[in-house]
Amino acid sequence: MTGSLWGTATRRLLANSGARVSLGIIVTLAMLAVIGPWLNPNRAETLDWSHIAADPGIAHAHWFGTDRLGRDLYVRTLTGARVSMIVGLVASAVSLSIGLMYGAIAGYVGGRTDDVMMRIVEILGGLPLIFFVIFLTVVFGRNEYLLFGSIGAVGWLTLARIVRGQTLSIRRQEYIEAAIASGAGTARIICKHVLPNVIGPVIVYATLTVPQIILLESFLSFLGLGIQEPRASLGTLIAEGAGEMEAAPWILLAPGVFLTTLLVCLNIFGDRLRDAFDAGMRR
Amino acid sequence: MLRYFLKRLGGAIPTLFIIVTVSFLLIRIAPGGPFDQEKSLPPEILANLESAYGLDQPLWVQYARYLRSLLHGDFGPSFRYRDFTVTELIGQGLPVTAEIGITALILALTLGILAGVFAALRQDRPADYTVMTLAVAGIAVPPFVVLPLLGLLFGIRVRWLPVAGWEPGSIRHLILPIVALTLPPLAYVARLTRASFLDVLQRPFIRTAFSMGLPLRIVILRHALRPALIPVAGYLAPAVASIMTGSLVVESIAGLPGVGRYLVQGALNRDYTLVLGMVILYSVVLIGMGLVVDLLYAWLDPRVRFER
Amino acid sequence: MTDDVAPLPTLRIHALEVGYPIAGGTVAAVRGVSLTVGAHECLGVVGESGSGKTQLFMAVMGLLPGGAHVTGSALFQDEEILWLPPDQLNRIRGSKLAMVFQDPMTSLTPHLKIGVQLAEILVHHRGVSWRDAESAALRALDRVHIPDPQRRLKQYPHQLSGGMRQRVMIAMSLLCEPALVIADEPTSALDVSVQARILELLRDLRAETGISIVLISHDLAVVASLADRVVVMYAGRVVESAPTEDLMRKPLHPYSSLLIQCVPDLRRPRAGRMPFVPGQTPGAGEPDRGCAFAPRCPRSTERCASERPALVNVGSGAEVACHHPLL
Repeated sequence: MTGSLWGTATRRLLANSGARVSLGIIVTLAMLAVIGPWLNPNRAETLDWSHIAADPGIAHAHWFGTDRLGRDLYVRTLTGARVSMIVGLVASAVSLSIGLMYGAIAGYVGGRTDDVMMRIVEILGGLPLIFFVIFLTVVFGRNEYLLFGSIGAVGWLTLARIVRGQTLSIRRQEYIEAAIASGAGTARIICKHVLPNVIGPVIVYATLTVPQIILLESFLSFLGLGIQEPRASLGTLIAEGAGEMEAAPWILLAPGVFLTTLLVCLNIFGDRLRDAFDAGMRR
Repeated sequence: MLRYFLKRLGGAIPTLFIIVTVSFLLIRIAPGGPFDQEKSLPPEILANLESAYGLDQPLWVQYARYLRSLLHGDFGPSFRYRDFTVTELIGQGLPVTAEIGITALILALTLGILAGVFAALRQDRPADYTVMTLAVAGIAVPPFVVLPLLGLLFGIRVRWLPVAGWEPGSIRHLILPIVALTLPPLAYVARLTRASFLDVLQRPFIRTAFSMGLPLRIVILRHALRPALIPVAGYLAPAVASIMTGSLVVESIAGLPGVGRYLVQGALNRDYTLVLGMVILYSVVLIGMGLVVDLLYAWLDPRVRFER
Repeated sequence: MTDDVAPLPTLRIHALEVGYPIAGGTVAAVRGVSLTVGAHECLGVVGESGSGKTQLFMAVMGLLPGGAHVTGSALFQDEEILWLPPDQLNRIRGSKLAMVFQDPMTSLTPHLKIGVQLAEILVHHRGVSWRDAESAALRALDRVHIPDPQRRLKQYPHQLSGGMRQRVMIAMSLLCEPALVIADEPTSALDVSVQARILELLRDLRAETGISIVLISHDLAVVASLADRVVVMYAGRVVESAPTEDLMRKPLHPYSSLLIQCVPDLRRPRAGRMPFVPGQTPGAGEPDRGCAFAPRCPRSTERCASERPALVNVGSGAEVACHHPLL
């Protein structure tokens, strides 16, 4: 059953033009971020004093121009994109794992434990966690582990809810009863039987969580609370660019357009993926 | 129904209490104090300052005093902006933030609902796809990216609207910030409304209404709209939260003298009272929103009114 | 011989087909149905779920979803209504032609008071003021024997029981004095005792006003208690049509016969297993060769599998579509 679900979903997904286009763009951007910087002679940290806040051009090899300190924007934007993407993926992985485990346990154990666990999720969901993230980050300083941790702490709630729902319905099925009766341990059952069947929605929400987390990281960096000098993520670059809008708009445009395109395409793809899965499950 | 409402109100107070306590503890636990920024002061002056603000007392005494002053509506003096009390600071900044925030909320709701119903009625046709794709863009791209880009386009390239700065009573300065704040919740409301509307249109009582010969206009406005708006009511509190977080950035980019900058600046400066005041303010707004939503639910769905 | 001109049949359906295009073909819900509802007549339409009985009348009312593909003709009071533009159709629906649906729990708008839902029909169709409409609504509730109607008018649907909600729906359908009311499974969602009272109500109303009724049900007993004539449907087609008494006493189509046997008769002691009709109705997407009932029919032959029987008139108002009817 899981196999054919994937097949139907994948087919539907690839048939959708929006999904294809956005996936293509995402892959292109990712590749750009990875190999792009090598295509240009400049390094991210080198300060080119002869070209301060220069316009983009081919002649001086500053394809996106330079910033106030003479740093090449093409390389800087793409390295910043790399940072944003890596943080996005890692933090997503963390929060998704937390959500997965939490939801699976709550759904599997059921009863009062489940009630309590879900109550916690409700309460946390009701609080404006962004505020607490900002709060914590400011209060405890610009610690990058804290950054990852607090971003991850925000993202796991929805997934926990979904996984719990799925687990609850799987739990009642007979092969689980059989496994329990034959003496299999709880951990084993969860890993071997529950998790593989829950992977579907997880993947879907993962694709929707990644852009949210990239956005959160950019937001924090923009406020000066996230990745900081000399390293930069797209958020930091946008903050810089916002300050230079009048004189040198490309400083804003390069990271701004990159981030916008990345987020929009990730969201569109995630949406189509979810539609494809929903339709598959309904059949 | 009054009992239901009072019960919810009663539940809100402990929540607020917990938030205040947790925030109080957190900021005190943080390394550093409010006077670190000053050029190195001689220790005696530092000690005097600290005792003047009561910082030399044990923590629980400070906590108790703070709570007591809260009950009198006094948020205390700002540690950083020494000539002002927190109440005064918030009083100065709140009107601006509120003006932008409330406008953004109202716009997001009205335009979003209209767009959602429009798209639902033209399901699967080009108009629907256009609206929904624009909506994805609106949700994906945050205000702190949109505002600079809009500013670039309208403020610099085309010189129509001011990019930053503020004058009392000026509306032009508020336009771009409001637009940037409105877009994400507008997009979300549009998607939510469309999906919910399509769902409601499938329901049996809509079929009954059509079978009675009622025209489309009446079926939509009188029969379909209210149940369709239930999920939108559920989104109100997150929408307000989203606008509030957005205003943090928007105010700093656009240089608006609102209340948003106090949270981040206050935390950076270890301005305890200011930060706590802001946290309480935001929490009260959100909790208040929650209560409003409950009332809204009762209007949208009469069954709720009769729940014990 | 008195010179009485037979009154116009209220509804005449001819070769109505309803299909839904899907990837790779069409799913046919109704495969060519013709029937007539006479003035003042109560026509019963019986069939299992999937027989197309509901789809047929939803098509007549113009309530099918947008993707539906309809062909044929439906003449209501001699006027073709299948292709009417919405505003003209809306003048007929709810006033001269009304439908009562099966699930009273969900068929009334939950956030509007009963009084409003009744009054708006009159305001829309008759142009009366809201106050006059509400008085008329009060009288309508009275007519369907709802106790304490004044209080009920101000209540919401969830505050009424299932039986009362069904009465409200019947009241709604009668507000503009229709010529025809189509009742789709009006009692299926209700308790047996309530069922009997609703049927009694329908019987009384019919006697009072002389309206025509189409009574759709999967339950032959329900239909038999009220209808003058019965039409039996199977897999999107009419297989038999006869006056009720004749059908009950001497069914011609094997399917009808099996249906009758399945009606539990509480008066006689039950000996042996309860009969049931074995097999399943063919899905609407399955190929259409021969008689649709053949796989389940105890009398089927080779001819039944390959040649579809046409609906033939066998006299005294009866028609049957079968190669081997029970004559």
